[in-house]
Amino acid sequence: MTSKTILSTVLALGLAGSALADGHEPVKVGFVYVGPIGDGGWTYQHDQGRLAVEEEFGDAVETVYQELVPEGADAERVITQMALQGADLIFTTSFGYGPATNAVAARFPDVKFEHATGFMREHPNVSTYDARFYEGRAVTGHIAGNLTETNKIGYIASFPIPEVIQGINSSFLHAQKVNPDVEMVVTWVYTWFDPSKEADAARAMIDQGVDVILQHTDSTAPQSAAEEANANGGRVFTFGQASDMAEFKPTPRVASIIDEWSPYYIERVQAVIDGTWEQTAHWGGMPEGEVVIGEITDAVPAEVKAEAEDMVARITEGEYHPFTGPINRQDGTPWLAEGEVADDATLATMDFYVEGVTGQIPN
Amino acid sequence: MNGIDPALLIAALMVASTPILLAALGEMVVERAGVLNLGVEGMMIVGAVSGFIAAYGAGNAWAGFGAAILAGAALALIFGVLTQGLVSNQVATGLALTLFGLGLASLLGQGWVGLKGPGLGRMDLGPLADLPFLGRAVFRHDLVVYLSLGLVIVLNLFLFRSRAGLVLRSVGENAASAHALGYPVRAIRLAAIGFGGACAGLGGAYLSIVRVPQWSDGMTAGAGWIALAIVVFGAWRPGRVLVGAYLFGGISVLQLNLQAAGAELPIELLSASPYLVTILVLVLISRRRHRGGEAPADLGRPFHASA
Repeated sequence: MTSKTILSTVLALGLAGSALADGHEPVKVGFVYVGPIGDGGWTYQHDQGRLAVEEEFGDAVETVYQELVPEGADAERVITQMALQGADLIFTTSFGYGPATNAVAARFPDVKFEHATGFMREHPNVSTYDARFYEGRAVTGHIAGNLTETNKIGYIASFPIPEVIQGINSSFLHAQKVNPDVEMVVTWVYTWFDPSKEADAARAMIDQGVDVILQHTDSTAPQSAAEEANANGGRVFTFGQASDMAEFKPTPRVASIIDEWSPYYIERVQAVIDGTWEQTAHWGGMPEGEVVIGEITDAVPAEVKAEAEDMVARITEGEYHPFTGPINRQDGTPWLAEGEVADDATLATMDFYVEGVTGQIPN
Repeated sequence: MNGIDPALLIAALMVASTPILLAALGEMVVERAGVLNLGVEGMMIVGAVSGFIAAYGAGNAWAGFGAAILAGAALALIFGVLTQGLVSNQVATGLALTLFGLGLASLLGQGWVGLKGPGLGRMDLGPLADLPFLGRAVFRHDLVVYLSLGLVIVLNLFLFRSRAGLVLRSVGENAASAHALGYPVRAIRLAAIGFGGACAGLGGAYLSIVRVPQWSDGMTAGAGWIALAIVVFGAWRPGRVLVGAYLFGGISVLQLNLQAAGAELPIELLSASPYLVTILVLVLISRRRHRGGEAPADLGRPFHASA
């Protein structure tokens, strides 16, 4: 091969590359998943969002994804690989991908990055997006407070980050409103996805007399553990997390919080196609259709179901905020005065329990 | 610490430890024969998915366990043919086996997510189950738990009290000498690898049929790697592998129970405790023995009868 042919090959490759940036080629969208698509929860829902993008844009987009990417150094490698393969927009769909996303973004200023549930936007080509899961937690907390007979509600917590703490506080506040004696049992498992550990955590809580389990982890294992307890004469209820988990209807799963990412994904891909993509810190909830309550089954008394649906309607209309005062912090100091509503900055960095939750948040 | 029932805790511990124990016992035999198979995680998850599918299809948990044993052994024999027949690198082949197993399980498991398996009844041990405390703690399990404990005893007798076990160990200690004495080194290693795969498959199926019980993609979540570590810390002895597996499983369950019971302990420490305590205890019990003589001398070394 002469130097001339090498040169022309390089030129040809360069031209092909610029054709891609010109929009003649489909826009390539990458997704980085922390769990397997088959988890039936968190990652499954992100993948549903990816499929919705494909459906919406057809041949105008090409999507790629990588499952089971550990948070940490591996994530950086995977994201870099996607950027090198010509992705125009990359969604990194777990909290722990924050540093890796920003590190790669610094090296690929022309690629747009979207980091789920994060807060780090160190470069103009990094956006963050999140959903107000605490709105859904308010509804499930309300149902849980009504259903419990032992007055013990369990919460399988993943990592001590603001999103999880919001969930614990929101569930507890709304359970306590309908049941002043309720106690919240929090078990930290330090994983997003480990069916064995999630099932063990659920069993440990059931052994301790917990009869309603809320989970902040991604697999359906706690649902199976509850079902098994019920088959042996127990009375345990659960809620679908991230995905509907409809296989466990009507009990133990009595309702669910569904993450609906499709509207946001379609909007952002459209922005890249139009060339109007800009950095944002998006935080949608029920009004945007991003947090959806799945079917409330007949195991829930009709009036409780009606109250829960009413709460959904009021949150969707913007009439009710789940963190509306008076609310005190765990140590008894006032946080929100009567009628005062929590601001997003405090919520996004929430690192304290509200009054009535026992135990301590690990560091 | 009110409210933790020790009997329930021991019962939960035994169930939680069984998958790791089975996989670790299998790998221990493989390593005693001088072969390092890092594919335990892959064999476990293939066992988990094939066991679940078979159990669901047949409506019988035992059909699932049988299928898982066959699937685990079949996967292991791929490794066996590559490393023993074609003398490929054991570490690389084992890692590839794990990746292959995870992918294969994911593929096979599509469409099986969220279904309910047949479950496995508890053994009827008659009056033993009615004993105070002990009855609830140790005599109300399913048969697989007792089989795994029986396997500890059988393997101990096999490895250290039988001629066949001596031959297996000699293959692992010095394959060239064993070969010179006329023992079929490759055949013995292949048999050990197959046994290891069968145990890993059974352990995986115990996860998907009894412990969780459902199929979820990626559900082993590192249990195979824990099993590998326990073989090393258990100094390649069945009794200590049992101690290691039960310690690890036990403390994993205990720390969750402590949290659920509202113990005022640092949760970060509790979460790390299964790893810390297991390593610490096994290092301590291994200290009493003379140093350096624990690992099979030919572990991981390829054998090719060329000379």
